[in-house]
Amino acid sequence: MSAMTYDKAFDAAARPVVTLEGPAAAARAAAPSAPVPAAPVAANDGAAPVAKPAGRGGEWLRGFARATLPPLIGISVMVGIWYLATLKAGGRLPGPVQTWNAAVVLFSDPFYSNGPNDQGIGWNVLSSLQRVGIGFGIAAAIGIPLGFMLGRFATLSAMVNPIISLLRPVSPLAWLPIGLLVFQKADPAATWTIFICSIWPMILNTAQGVTRVPSDYMNVARVLNLSEWKIFTRILFPAVLPYMLTGIRLSIGTAWLVIVAAEMLTGGVGIGFWVWDEWNNLKVEHIIIAIFVIGIVGLLLEQMLVAIAKRFSYE
Amino acid sequence: MKKFVQVENVGMRFDTKKGPFVALRDVDLTIEKGEFIALIGHSGCGKSTLLNLIAGLTTPTDGVLLCDGREIGGPGPERAVVFQNHSLLPWLTCFENVYLAVERVFGTKEGKPKLKLRTHEALALVGLTHAEQKYPHEISGGMKQRVGIARALSMQPKVLLMDEPFGALDALTRAKLQDELMKICFATKATVVMVTHDVDEAVLLSDRIVMMTNGPAATIGEILKVELERPRNRLELANDPRYVAYRAEVLSFLYEKQAHHERVAA
Repeated sequence: MSAMTYDKAFDAAARPVVTLEGPAAAARAAAPSAPVPAAPVAANDGAAPVAKPAGRGGEWLRGFARATLPPLIGISVMVGIWYLATLKAGGRLPGPVQTWNAAVVLFSDPFYSNGPNDQGIGWNVLSSLQRVGIGFGIAAAIGIPLGFMLGRFATLSAMVNPIISLLRPVSPLAWLPIGLLVFQKADPAATWTIFICSIWPMILNTAQGVTRVPSDYMNVARVLNLSEWKIFTRILFPAVLPYMLTGIRLSIGTAWLVIVAAEMLTGGVGIGFWVWDEWNNLKVEHIIIAIFVIGIVGLLLEQMLVAIAKRFSYE
Repeated sequence: MKKFVQVENVGMRFDTKKGPFVALRDVDLTIEKGEFIALIGHSGCGKSTLLNLIAGLTTPTDGVLLCDGREIGGPGPERAVVFQNHSLLPWLTCFENVYLAVERVFGTKEGKPKLKLRTHEALALVGLTHAEQKYPHEISGGMKQRVGIARALSMQPKVLLMDEPFGALDALTRAKLQDELMKICFATKATVVMVTHDVDEAVLLSDRIVMMTNGPAATIGEILKVELERPRNRLELANDPRYVAYRAEVLSFLYEKQAHHERVAA
C-alpha cells in the first residue's frame, strides 16, 4: 500500500525513459515502507466554505487523515508481521521492540569515534554519502556531456551504443576487482565502482532526451539560424533537462544500492562496512537498523531529486 | 513588379522504405515583392513541402529556388516561418521567445535597449503587450499563434512563410487573427506565402491563390488572381459577387477537378 504511494512519487517526476531494470526495480522493492506524506492541499481549495472556519478545519483534518492514514496503517501491519515472525523465530531475529531499544541507544550518540573501526552510525552514513557523492559527481561530469554528444551525433551514438549495451548489465561488484587492481586502495576502488555503475542511466537518458527534442524546436533554431551555443542553452538544455534529471535520479538510486555492497567488500568507514561489522559482532538488531537507515537515506535522496525535477519541469 | 521569390522547375523526392516517393514535380512559381500568396490543396498535396522548400528547411531534389536573386541554400531569418503549431519554446516567456529572434537578427548591430524596444513593438503589433511576461502554457491557442507571428515579424523578414497558421484555432479567433494579419501586411507591405486549406481564408487574404493538384507527384494546377481592392472587409465581401465567384472557382477546382483523390482516400 505504501509501495503504491512510492510509485506515484516515482512517476510524478518528468518522464522516466530508460530504466536500469535490475537495480531500479530492486530499488523500488528495497524501498522502505516509509510514508510519503502528501501535503493536504484539498483543504485550501476554493470549494471549501470560507464562512465556516469550523467546517474548513474539519475538511483539512479529513484531507490530512486521507494522506497519512493509509501509509501509517501499512507500516503498522508491517511491524505487526515482523513482530509475529520474530515470536516464532525464537529469538534468533530481533523483534521491533528490541530493535527500537537498540536504535535509541545507537542514535543517542551517532557521532562518536573510537578509532577507524568503531565509529558512530552518523559517521558511517556520511562517509558512504561522500563516496557516493564523489563517484556520482564524476559520473555526471562525464556522462551528461557524453549523453548530449551521443544524442546530437548519430555516428558517435552508433559507435558507442554497442559498448554501453555490453557494459551496462554487468554487476557492480564485477567492477570492484578492476578498481582494486588499478588504484591499489579500497577507497578509490569503491568510488570507481559507484562511478561505473551510475554513469549509464545518465548517458542513456540524456541521449534519449536529445533525440526526443521536438523537431519543431529544432526548426525554430534553424530558421533563426541560432549559433550552436544558443541552440544548446536556449533549446537543447531546457528540453533535455527533465530527461537528464530522470537519469540522475536513477543514477543516484543505483549508486546508493551499490555502495553498501562495495563497502562490505572494501571495508573502512561506511554504512555497508558497518553492516558487515555488526554481522561479525552478531548484533542483528543493528543490521535491521542499518536496513532502515539505508532505505530512509535512499528515499530522501530520491525525494530530493523528485523535488528538483518538479522545480524544473516547464509544463 | 519585381520578381522576388522564384521557384524554378522544382521537384521533391523522398526516399522512403518503400522506395522513392515523389511529393512535388515541375513546380514553377514567381512571387513579387509585397504579394500575398495562398497555397491551397487537399491534404497530402505537398503544399507544406513547397513552403518548407522556400523556407530552406528542406532542399529540393530537382530545380532551384531563389530569393531576392540568390539561391536558397538553407533556412535563415530573412525567410521567417510561422509554424502550424506555433512552436514557442515553453521554457521562455512570450517576451523571451520574441527576443531570441530579435537578438539573433539585430544583436550584432544594436544595443540591448533597442532590441528590447523591437520586441515590445512586435508584441504590441499583435496586441499582446499585456501578456509579455506570460509563459506559453499560460495563454490561449490564439495568443500563442499571435506570439509566433510577432516572432516572425520581429525579424523584419523579406518573406513571411505561414504554414496553416490558423488551422488549429476556432472560427471566431481565426477571423480575428486574419483581420489582424491583413492590417499588419497592409501596413508593412510584407511578402507572404501562406499554406491553407480554408477557401474563405485564401480568397480573403491573397493576391493570388496557387491551387495544387493531388499528390503524389503534385504540382501547381491553376493560379487564381484575386483582384479585390484593399483594405478588405469580410462582411462587405461576403455578398460581393466577385468574392463569391472567386470562392466558387477555388471550390470547383478542389471538389470537381481534384475530387477523385478524395474518393480514393475515403
